[in-house]
Parts: sequence; C-alpha cells; structure tokens
Amino acid sequence: MLQQIEGSRAVARAVALCRPQVVSTYPISPQTHIIEALGAMVKTGELAPCESINADSEFAAMSMAIGASAAGARAYTATASQGLLFMMEAVFNAAGLGLPIVMTLANRAVGAPINIWNDHSDAMAARDAGWVQLFAETNQEAVDLHVLAFALAEELSVPVMVCMDGFILTHAVEAVDLPEQAQVDELLPPYVPRQVLDPDDPVSIGAMVGPEAFTEVRYLAHARLARALEVIPTLAGRSAAVLGRPAGGLVHPYRAEGARTLVVAMGSVLGTLKDVVDGLRAEGEPVGVVGVSCFRPFPAEVLERALAGADRVVVVEKAFSTGFGGVLAADVALALRGRPVPVHTVVAGLGGRPVRSASMRSLLVEAAAGGMAPVVFGDLNTAVVEAELARMAAHRRSGPPAENVLADLGLVAPHGR
Amino acid sequence: MSGPTRSRVRFYQVGSTAVGNRLVDADQRSAQSDPDRTNSLTSGHRACQGCGEALGARYVLDAVMRATGGQAVAVNATGCLEVFSTPYPQTSWRLPWLHSLFANAPSVATGVAAALRVQGKGEVRVVGQAGDGGTVDIGMGSLSGMFERNDDVLFVCYDNEAYMNTGVQRSGATPPAARTATTQAVGLEPGNVFGQGKDMPRIAMAHEIPYVATATVGDLFDLETKVERAMTFHGARYLHVLVPCPLGWGAAPKDTIRLARLAQQTGLFPVFEAEHGEVTGVSPIRRPVPVEQYLRPQRRFAHLFDASGAVAAAAVVGRLQAMADRNIARYGLLGDAPGEEGS
Amino acid sequence: MTAAPSGREGLLPRGVFEVRLHGRGGQGTVTAAELLSVAAFEDGLHAQAFPSFGSERMGAPVEAYCRIGEAPIRTREPVMEPDALIIQDPTLVHSVDLFTGLRPDGYVLLNSAGSFDDEGLGELTARFRHDRLLTVPATELARRLLGRATPNSALLGGFAALTGLVSMEAIAGAFRRRFPGVVGERNVSTAEAAFVHVTQEEEEEEELDRVAAD
Repeated sequence: MLQQIEGSRAVARAVALCRPQVVSTYPISPQTHIIEALGAMVKTGELAPCESINADSEFAAMSMAIGASAAGARAYTATASQGLLFMMEAVFNAAGLGLPIVMTLANRAVGAPINIWNDHSDAMAARDAGWVQLFAETNQEAVDLHVLAFALAEELSVPVMVCMDGFILTHAVEAVDLPEQAQVDELLPPYVPRQVLDPDDPVSIGAMVGPEAFTEVRYLAHARLARALEVIPTLAGRSAAVLGRPAGGLVHPYRAEGARTLVVAMGSVLGTLKDVVDGLRAEGEPVGVVGVSCFRPFPAEVLERALAGADRVVVVEKAFSTGFGGVLAADVALALRGRPVPVHTVVAGLGGRPVRSASMRSLLVEAAAGGMAPVVFGDLNTAVVEAELARMAAHRRSGPPAENVLADLGLVAPHGR
Repeated sequence: MSGPTRSRVRFYQVGSTAVGNRLVDADQRSAQSDPDRTNSLTSGHRACQGCGEALGARYVLDAVMRATGGQAVAVNATGCLEVFSTPYPQTSWRLPWLHSLFANAPSVATGVAAALRVQGKGEVRVVGQAGDGGTVDIGMGSLSGMFERNDDVLFVCYDNEAYMNTGVQRSGATPPAARTATTQAVGLEPGNVFGQGKDMPRIAMAHEIPYVATATVGDLFDLETKVERAMTFHGARYLHVLVPCPLGWGAAPKDTIRLARLAQQTGLFPVFEAEHGEVTGVSPIRRPVPVEQYLRPQRRFAHLFDASGAVAAAAVVGRLQAMADRNIARYGLLGDAPGEEGS
Repeated sequence: MTAAPSGREGLLPRGVFEVRLHGRGGQGTVTAAELLSVAAFEDGLHAQAFPSFGSERMGAPVEAYCRIGEAPIRTREPVMEPDALIIQDPTLVHSVDLFTGLRPDGYVLLNSAGSFDDEGLGELTARFRHDRLLTVPATELARRLLGRATPNSALLGGFAALTGLVSMEAIAGAFRRRFPGVVGERNVSTAEAAFVHVTQEEEEEEELDRVAAD
C-alpha cells in the first residue's frame, strides 16, 4: 500500500513483514527509529511470534543474532558507524560461520572525529568481512531490499547488510509502497537452516580450524558469497514479478546509452545525480549514471559492461581510503583494468556535508572537458586545510586538529594562546 | 543447606563414582555413577593430564543433560575448553555446541535461548560456559547484560585463575601474589598485585538473579547437585567453579582435586549458594587449613617460600591468610553465623 | 485523496515547490515538515520531507525541509532556494540566517502576534514581496485551542491559507492520523483557526492594497 512514511518506519514494517523470529537491538543514531518501531510491534503482539531483545551493546546484539540464527531462528539487527565497528569481531564471526543474519546499516561516518551524519565509511570498514552489502537509493528500494536480503541470506547461508543513508533516507518522509504480507510470504518462505543446534541431532559449530584446512573453509566462504552475483538478479526478477516494480539488482544504469562521461555512485546521492544528468543532457552533454546496488560481492563484469562506451568514469563516493584514494573507485578501476579509461574519484558528502547539485554539475562539466584531477575532494575548504598544515609546521604543540578547524570556521571559540 | 536431603554420613572419597553411590538411594546417585550418562564431553579431547576444567565441564554438562532429559545446548567462549574439545576435524561434544567469540558467550547464549523459545522449544535449556578470562574480564559486559535481562541461561565459569590457553597470563580472577607470565615473580612485589579482585559470584548476586553458586572439583557431588538445583530455576543463573590447572598453577596433575579441596578448606575459595542476592547455604569447613598448605604445592607461589621451603615472604602469606579468614567470617564457613557485610 | 486546490498549477512553475521550516528543538518543526508532506501526498502530489539537525537537544535551532511537486522527487540536497519559509520562532534571527536563499517572490509565514517590524525583521525582509509575508499568532492559538505552546499545527493551517498549495482538509487528515483522538481534533481546530486568521489577513492586505492603488 502506498503511503507517505518515514524511511525508518517503512523499513521496520518491511522487516516485520519478513517474519523475523529474533530481533536483537541496541540504539545508535540514526537507526533508532527502526528498532523502536520494531520493538513496539513485538511488544503489542503485532509482530508475533518474535522475541525482541534490548541488548547491552552492539557487540551483544550481533552475538545474540549469531546464537539465534545458529539455533534455527530468522535473526535481525540494525546498527551504524561506531556500533558496526564495536561489533566488528562478531560481524566477521557471523559470516565465517555462514549464518543468514540480516542487518540494516544506517550509513553514518566513523570517527574520530565523532560525527553522527551520513557517509559510507562504516560500510567500507566491513567490506571484507564476508557479508553481502546492498545499497538502497530510495526508501522504496530500502524496503524491497530487506525482503530480498532475507531470501538471499537464507539461500546462500551468508549474512546480508542493507545499507541506507543515515538521516537522508532513514529520516526522510516520502511515498513508499509497502508490500502485502502475502506478497512477502511468496518471496520469502520459512527459514530452513543448513546447520542448526538440535538436541536430536547434535553438532558442534565454531571449531578451531588449523593451517591444514583454513584455506579451504575460507575459499568456500568466498565461493558462497560470489554466488550472490547470480542469485541477486534471479531474486530481483522474482521480486519485480510479485511486487510489480523493479526491486534490487546489481547495477542500475540511467541514461547511460551514448554517454561519454559516466558517473558511478551508490545510495541516495544517485537521486541528486539523476537530476544533474537530466539537466546536462538537456544542454546536450552526453553524461549518464550507473548506480551500484550490490557492492559486495562487487559486480565487476556487469559494471564493466555498463561502463562500456564511456571515455571517462567519475566515481562519486562518500568514503575514502585514508592516505590512498577512493574505495569504490578502486574497485571500479579494477573492474575496468582491461580498458584505458580514466577513473576519477570525487569524494563528496563526508560526515553529512550536503552533496549539492550545483557542485556536481560543475564537477561533471569539468570532467567532461578533461580538466579534472584524478582525486577530488568535493567542496573542500582549502584555506582552512592550509591554515592547519601551516600551524602544524610552525608548532610542535599545534593542538587537536579538529578543534583548530572548527575554530577557524568560527564554529567554536578559539583556544586562548 | 538447600537441595535434596543429604546423608549425614560423609564419604571422604568425594566424587568417586563407586563408593558412596552404590550405597545411596537411586534417586540420590550422582550423574557420573550412571553407566548411561551422556558423557557430554567424551574422551579423546586434548586437555592436559589433570585438567580441572575438563573434569568440571564433564560433570556440569552431564548433570545438565540428566536434569533436562538430554534437551540442552551449550554455548562456549574461546579458551582452553573450546580449544581442547574441538581440534578440527574432531569434536568431543555429545550435545549441540556453539562457539562464537571470546567476549560474547553470554550474549550468544541469550540469542540461542530466545530462538528456542520463539520456535516453541522452550524445554530445550541453554548453558553458557567460559573460563575466568571470558567471564570476569572480556565477557563481563555481556554477562552483566544477560543477568540484568534475567535471560534463561545457566552460565558457568570454570575458574583456573588466569588466561591459560594463551600461556598463563593474569586475569581479573588471578589471586594476589600468584606468578603468571604477566605478573612475574620479580621486583618488589613478586607475582600478582594485591587488589580488589573480581568477586564474580558477589557481582552476580548484586544482580539479584534467581541462583548463584560456587563449587570446586574437590567436591564433585556438590557440583552436580548445584547444577541440578540451578536447572530447577528459569532465568539467569550463575555457577562459579574453581578448576585447578596443573600447568598454570605449577602443580602436579595428581593434585588437582586435592588442591581444589584445600582451596575450600582454607577459606580462600568460599563455597556457597545464593538466591536473589541472599546467601542461602554454605559448605562448612570441618577443619580449617592454613593457607600455607594450599600454597606450597603450587609453583606459582614458590617465590613465597625459600630454597629450603621455609616461609620467605611471611607478610604476603599473612595477607593471604587474612583474606581467607575474612571469607570465613563473612560466610560463616566454620558453622558460626555469617559475619556482617564488609567485615 | 481530496481534490487538489485550484490554481495550484501557478504555484509550481518549476514543477516543485520547496519549503524550509525553521524552529527550535521541541517545537515540532520536524513533525511539521513531515505532516506537510503527508498532506501534499493526500492531495495527490509527490512530497519529500527531511530534517537537518544534530543530536537531540531542546531549544537548539532546527531546520526541516519539504519539497512538493507533481513528479517524483529524486534530489536529496537541502533546500537552498526555498519558495516559502515557515518560521516557528522569530528569536532564531539572532543565531540563524533565516532568509538566506529565499526566492524574490517567496512566501514567509512567521509565528508572531505582531508584525514583521514588531519582531525586528522589517529590514531583513524589505526586499521580498510584501503581500507574501504574513504573521500568524500560532503559539497563542495553540495555547488556547491545543492546550500547549506547540505552534506547528497553526503554522500549517496558516500555510495552507497563505499558499493554497495544500488543502486544509489534507492538513486536518494528516494531523488526525498522526494524533488520534482528542489531541488530533485539537490540532485540527488550531490549524483551522490559523487558516481563517491568515485568510482574513490576506483579504485585509488585498483590501489595503486596493485602497492604496486607488
């Protein structure tokens, strides 16, 4: 049913429709509305049978999901940023054990400095943990991806995280078509575990594996995850047939045909980029966008085909590998390694800095004209950066960099000196 | 004392599967005396000779299996027990068993219990188990959360008083003056510092959970009885079991049970039960033993005695004796009324 | 869904109408943006509402945005050049650049029992279209009809009257669904009172302008 609803609440309803059996949660901005809504649904009995546990930390929440999943229950949790990092040991553990847990990641920047606003640094920190990582462009897609996520996780015996931009999507109110229970049941049958703790058929799960077998066990995890590249399109097709709209997939090209400059991005920024592309196309500029919906496993082949015909690729991303360059851009470059196409990185939107259509427009015009540097930090205040670098060069005791920058920007009182 | 009626006649060969058991009524015999016991931790595991933890774990899980008719799941933290019981590709466990991480056994156990309940399998009970490191140090947050929510898990700590599997490093449960790899017997204060320690049973009691008990492998029938009593409750339960480690304590493998008994008889390790935060019973000390008798057989305390065996660090031994005396007074271990809190 | 208000086509020459709401934490600014978007949805339009704020804190400046349009709204950037401002608290002028980016023919609905000049905002707003700057005593109306000093329902009712972009019926429906029972009804009464107040104010302004033009 189409309704005007906050993204978090829509996701909570979508998760509830997936009939989770154990939901373990710990609050962190900007995911709180999701877990509050789910908790209330369990408490009133609207979501039943379901056990909802208020965990004492994110690490505890993921650990509970691990125990629950191993004992045969469909398990769910949600977190962001610092919470994801706090549970990181358990995140790797869940994937290594092959447990089909689904988690919502309300993308938020990772500190220090502490920042509660959106970027993709949290998801990037977990990209090698062995989870499927899906990115939603809109709240509609976030809803549909959660249903797909459970089906995918249980099909592959691999945990899946659905990434949605914190605040930008979680706290946005827009029209979302929530599926009917019957539709979700059709797409998501009851969970049948591959491994389960059962007194009638005892097994030991989680044994130590030494050098003689570790490589093989890890290779199998790699193979399982790679299968997602085939299973996702199948599930997306099934989803589209039942829901009557496209839902999920690996990559989503927009006006890519005949485009000489192609932008690659993930998440909500794609909406803004599509407006920019429409504007440029109206002026005769041959640009297009390719949205990456499945980031892990990385759909290298499919992306390479989508980018065929481009003279240059501009990756707009909300994260970077400190001291090196783009993260998504590095994967894109690897996918394009057979072709001499320049891949530019535009780092934008860090820590919730708005990605403005005007800025994106100028950058794309610059890129199309061949004038863009390989790595660009969008909207960077170079004066402030240079002031701090000069300060550090002049004094050993230059002070905390973050506080110095805030003082230079007039956002805090300067430290008396 | 709470629990089933006990015979007044006490057999000294405590824990023997033969003596004492044939002579008591069938319904009072130990789980271990039953030839059809589960043998939950079966032979073939790689524990050291004389490992107190292997002994304790088998008794605990077999008692759980008897109490639940075989309907139990074990969740294990990383540590000696997990490592020696599951050397890939083998496992010694005869019941469903899950190992996740070092710090999260209580949380994982909570998740398992929730999953069983939501699937209508609430009769299947959950045991979480960890060593002292995984319980009082890295697992403490997770454990406290489990207590606070009163999740239906029996959590058992096998306390050998250090991080043994990684090479005998001190934990929050390491006793004062004990030598470990990170509290060496050097310098002005050889061995572990004299600190507050982590009195985990009292911390558990502070959460007012339904059942808390301590036990040692020096009285295995008592250990079994307490496990079975714990399984009569629903909600969070905690069992703290002293399990000597011959390797880490520098003791002879044959002394494991004797040392456990001495720990109790000196008062250094008080053995008691509590419900909802109040002590309900103690194992009295028939004849108190000076701490020195307990310390001498352990090379981790060797620096307290000189080459000839004479007491070299009288003050330290005196402080340890004072700790033991304090426990005796606090819990009324000599059969007197328990002392005031904080005495 | 109710029929869309007439004359709305003139409001959406760009296809989209952007509103920026300014308030303080605890005044219901974010809820106002949300309910405005719900009302627009009920009127058959596409709408997007989202906040710009930091950690929870009563009294801190809060901004929220609402875009309303005839096509699905894809962009996610904050509203930089609003077509309308809803200002829940005039004292914000001391810490926030309230009027930045407002389009020359933009609307401003200000929560005040006085005038823009009374609030010291006369000079700041001199460059805008005078017939599109209106005040409504939202806090007073709310105190009287809602029983609390939360100005957002009055401001939304006033907004419906000021711009004609959404219908009063849709605003009422949005409040009723969000706050069932007596609380919802009181919000609706407050919104309707403000609607009437703003409508009258507009008529008076038109009358004054007509007289002045003669």
